[in-house]
Amino acid sequence: MGDECVEAYQVLYEYLDGELTIERRIAIQNHLDDCPPCGGGFTFEAELRTVIAKRCQEQVPDHVRQRVLEAIEKLSQ
Amino acid sequence: MSDAGPVDTVERQRQFTDQAMEFMPALYTAALRMTRSPADAEDLVQETYLKAYRGFGGFQEGTNLKAWLYKILTNTFINNYRAKKRRPEESDVEDVEELYLYRRLGGGQAEVAGRSAEDELLDHLTESEIKDALEALPEQFRIAVLLGDVEGFSYKEIADILDIPIGTVMSRLHRGRKALQKRLYEFGRQRGLVREPEESVHG
Repeated sequence: MGDECVEAYQVLYEYLDGELTIERRIAIQNHLDDCPPCGGGFTFEAELRTVIAKRCQEQVPDHVRQRVLEAIEKLSQ
Repeated sequence: MSDAGPVDTVERQRQFTDQAMEFMPALYTAALRMTRSPADAEDLVQETYLKAYRGFGGFQEGTNLKAWLYKILTNTFINNYRAKKRRPEESDVEDVEELYLYRRLGGGQAEVAGRSAEDELLDHLTESEIKDALEALPEQFRIAVLLGDVEGFSYKEIADILDIPIGTVMSRLHRGRKALQKRLYEFGRQRGLVREPEESVHG
């Protein structure tokens, strides 16, 4: 693992979170394009996050929505 | 000062429900993961909306309504629901290396019928496994991961919602994510979705 790989891993989450400056972001992106092991790892992390977000969404039961609207209505009277 | 006549009240209520109700699925999802109980989640969501409605007059038009609702939800949870469960001390998570799950799965090497082991795992983890893994995280890490990865708030927004420094947000997010991966790896092993480590092959 080269210095660039170590550097990339250090900012793995900041990169995926979109919290790096544009210069840093481009530098990391270039490294990921050149280095398949790092590219694969970063891609996996991004996909895992998408899977987590998608698979823990909940539908609001109708009675909950109704209950909240009625409580707001009551508070307004 | 404006007159709070009947028309104003109706108008205010309409404005509030028009703008705030669309965030209910997101808030209810977060409430369930926080309280781990459908009954408590319902109460928490209702309390959040009532507090938000009362405070709506002071809410600045054009600022982030979703983040404001989350702040109310999170504070209400921390003040009312956590106290009920009596778990005052902050628990910690074991720190593991970066890319924990990816590396354990063979990091792009192990392939089953042309598919990598990590893609296989992502396809097969169920909703309830992912929810269980998230709910198993200690509260401070669970809330950070919920806000960051499920809701997509920025570090700055999470810092504002939780009233903590950005450095603390980053540390909770990073450690929470790694602990979550460790848990998901255990689920994968239990279900035979990932190959056992070398040493157990000869056991």
